[in-house]
Amino acid sequence: MNGTLTPLRAWLLMLPLLVIMLSVIGWPFVDTLRLSFTDARLVGTGGEYVGLENYRRLFASDAFWRAFRITTVFAVVSVLLEMVLGVLVALLLFQDFRGRNILRALLILPWALPTVVNALLWRLIYNPEYGALNALLLQSGLMEEYRSWLGDPGSALAALIVADAWKNFPLVALISLAALHAVPQAIRAAAIVDGANAFARFRYVILPYLAGPLMVAMVLRTIEAFKVFDIIWVMTRGGPANSTRTLSILVYQEAFSFQRAGSGASLALIITLAVTLLAVAYVAMIRRAAGGKF
Amino acid sequence: MEQRSLGFSVFLYASALLLAVLILAPFAWLFIMSISSTTDLISKPLRWWPAQADWSRYRVLTDLTPNTHGAALMSALKNSVLVAAIATLAALAVSVPTGWALSRSRAVNWSLGLVIGTYMLPPVALAVPLYMGLAALDLLNTRFGLAVVYLTILAPFTAWLLKSGFDPIPRDIELAAAIDGARLDQTLRILILPLAAPVIGTAALFAYLLAWDEFFYALLFTSDQRAKTVTVAIADLAGGRVADYGLIATAGVIAALPPVLFGLLMQRTLISGLTTGSVKG
Amino acid sequence: MKSKRILIASLLTGTALAQPVLAETTLNALFMAQAAYSEADVRAMTDAFTAANPDIKVNLEFVPYEGLHDKTVLSQGSGSGYDVVLFDVIWPAEYAENNVLVDVTDRITPEMQSGVLPGAWTTVEYGGKRYGMPWILDTKYLFYNKDILAQAGIAEPPKTWAELTEQAKAIKDKGLLEHPIVWSWAQAEAAICDYTTLVSAYGGSFLVDGKPAFQADGGLSALEYMVESYNSGVTNPNSKEYLEEDVRRVFQNGEAAFALNWTYMYNLANNPAESKVAGKVGVVAAPGVDGVSTVSAVNGSMGLGITTTSQHPDEAWSYIVHMTSQPTQNAYAKLSLPIWASSYEDPAVTAGQEELIAAAKVGLAAMYPRPTTPGYQEMSAGLQQAIQTALLGQATPAEALATAAEGGGL
Repeated sequence: MNGTLTPLRAWLLMLPLLVIMLSVIGWPFVDTLRLSFTDARLVGTGGEYVGLENYRRLFASDAFWRAFRITTVFAVVSVLLEMVLGVLVALLLFQDFRGRNILRALLILPWALPTVVNALLWRLIYNPEYGALNALLLQSGLMEEYRSWLGDPGSALAALIVADAWKNFPLVALISLAALHAVPQAIRAAAIVDGANAFARFRYVILPYLAGPLMVAMVLRTIEAFKVFDIIWVMTRGGPANSTRTLSILVYQEAFSFQRAGSGASLALIITLAVTLLAVAYVAMIRRAAGGKF
Repeated sequence: MEQRSLGFSVFLYASALLLAVLILAPFAWLFIMSISSTTDLISKPLRWWPAQADWSRYRVLTDLTPNTHGAALMSALKNSVLVAAIATLAALAVSVPTGWALSRSRAVNWSLGLVIGTYMLPPVALAVPLYMGLAALDLLNTRFGLAVVYLTILAPFTAWLLKSGFDPIPRDIELAAAIDGARLDQTLRILILPLAAPVIGTAALFAYLLAWDEFFYALLFTSDQRAKTVTVAIADLAGGRVADYGLIATAGVIAALPPVLFGLLMQRTLISGLTTGSVKG
Repeated sequence: MKSKRILIASLLTGTALAQPVLAETTLNALFMAQAAYSEADVRAMTDAFTAANPDIKVNLEFVPYEGLHDKTVLSQGSGSGYDVVLFDVIWPAEYAENNVLVDVTDRITPEMQSGVLPGAWTTVEYGGKRYGMPWILDTKYLFYNKDILAQAGIAEPPKTWAELTEQAKAIKDKGLLEHPIVWSWAQAEAAICDYTTLVSAYGGSFLVDGKPAFQADGGLSALEYMVESYNSGVTNPNSKEYLEEDVRRVFQNGEAAFALNWTYMYNLANNPAESKVAGKVGVVAAPGVDGVSTVSAVNGSMGLGITTTSQHPDEAWSYIVHMTSQPTQNAYAKLSLPIWASSYEDPAVTAGQEELIAAAKVGLAAMYPRPTTPGYQEMSAGLQQAIQTALLGQATPAEALATAAEGGGL
């Protein structure tokens, strides 16, 4: 890439953004770091330096490890579900059939729906007495008795994952679809002539083109899923018996409900660290994939 | 396209139908709930279609009499519109020059990673100091304060999107302009911006939708109708303290309408934006 | 902002501030949606206030109970937060320690002092000071469906919790209802209120000398009763994700014979416009335990206070005085009963709800407090989890409560 701007001019152009990032991202982040070594309260007194005490308590706490596990399960399962569903839908919509364009247009709908409205919608659907899911499953004979989807720790997290996947699979599908269109026609034709079966064609001809974009989608979605707050807040608030209390919900509770800003900050930083490690690992994988290892 | 067997065609159309139902059914149900009477909504077995369409909740929720559900939702909508607009404009103002700089100079290229890196920061890692900072500046529970906070989400995103949008614009014209003695701002304003208009539009649309969707900061930093956004208003309604499910559903429909309409009308723009970064790498 | 400018202008021109055209004050007040006065009631009471005080405007903000505490605390950092907040009986300790509410002890007149029920005052007191006026005087009552009890051949509602189980079993065995009892046991404060009612019945206590004591004796028996009721099938299993409004919906749809809920359910469930069981609703004070207690009750009262950040404490106080005044409370006594002793003898208040008043006289006198401690929120979170894990069979009641006694937070 040949530059048309001198370094000085480039920096000048970036100055406004840098100033803003320093003041509304950089400073708060550093301050969170500072707070994590104190016993500061959200409002009022406190703020003595306590060293690593917050972190020590955190790692010794069952609540933390449980939330960590729940967050990981939520992120891994919902992202996998979105990936599989997204690719399948993309393969479907890549075919030529009547109504395809309408279907492609509809695909944008769940994605455009605000997260909070999505949560509200599924909360209504899962309602144990008057919800549509129970009524549907019972009336179609798939189930004998109404179930308490969000009230049972065995199903609450799964119910949240389904709601999250429904909203987010279109993103993966749209990205995959764009990638499919980038596969040269000639290559696909050649594979058919060679007599490769459908699965082999997908594995060796299509997948290499999909891998890169899918990886990017996966990184974005995993990071998002690891930070999850909205959908859980509206649907279960972490219940029942804290079986859906993810890390972000735990931070809210610690820092804002209980007003322990210091220990909330240490927890927030652990989440940041986890997300960063995840992203670094992913980027390494993408690099390798781009190096033609697929 | 290759020749298809009949069996495959049937499979194809069946899958397509299933997908359409999967996407549309929840939307349809939300809407049906919003026009069903309360009795229909709590009948067993459940009534899938209202005995009589009841539009009264839409009237209730658009009623502007002070201190009613309607006034609360409408002021929340207004706050969302304004906060998202201020935040979007501010984000574009700082990220257009940044995106151009990132696209045209190698010296600042490394900072792109930094910009994208901020996306990884969970809001909870910034929330406590931001809360204290806003409190100190007396900006809690103000639209402006919330819009400034939204910049943390929007600006890195738009900068990155704009950079990839500026990349394909040929550099020759800029060089020619520089030779002719055009100033930096003239080059940007007269030459680049018109060429980049589509990608700037895409960035604006995305930023707006992102801001509209935001919940966590709004929950923490606003307390009443002076700044409370529609996402928080919806969450308050859904909190299990409103007896009428239909009213909750209606509020959901109203809050979803703007972004969903945007999505349908501008889907080409949206899809190109969604796929730009990922497919081109 | 506006009023400040007017103030400066009036000082410059030497005009008196008392002139009626000047100085419009806006108060921001935080209330909760449902489970006592309806939003419409609060609005109407407020309209009466603003009609009498045209220079004051009141903005009402309704949030779910679950958001009330956090909203109040979070608005503390804001110079433009709420002026008046509704607070639960369990928060004055924390609010006083953290300087959230204004001490209004000196604003309370002798008439208020003598007219308000002594029990109601405990709602707003901490460390010998008063942080507001009591507004909602409430406890959980046992509601029953007279029709279903009659069909099951039950003449009298239960006097003890054991009897409640027996009657529910009888109803279940007759096939009248699959799950006769419904509660609000979601992971929320609502579950603690039901639990506290049982703790009071079993003579337990939360704290002894500042240390948790709920993990043994009455506190343990209370949770064991809940788990037993849940496992035996007489309790609606969805109770574990229900709040008060869900309980009301199930009860007034005729799908429960018994329900534990606040005052407000009585007149709503008796309203034919939205209830299928109107006219069949019975209410008594929650039962007791043989040899320990005759009735049980939780103090679920709430008060109105002025925040320390309010710029208009005087106007805020006059608003609170209006909202808690005897005429206002008597006029809206259908969903929440007055804090004033003499109201209970006023025919205008008791008319049409004699049964509720009778239950209230017994129940309100037996109200048992949740612990008064600045760390209440954490303790409550721990107890909520204990209740749910025990109900779900993930731990025995003893184990669950022992864990809760160790602490709720991280």
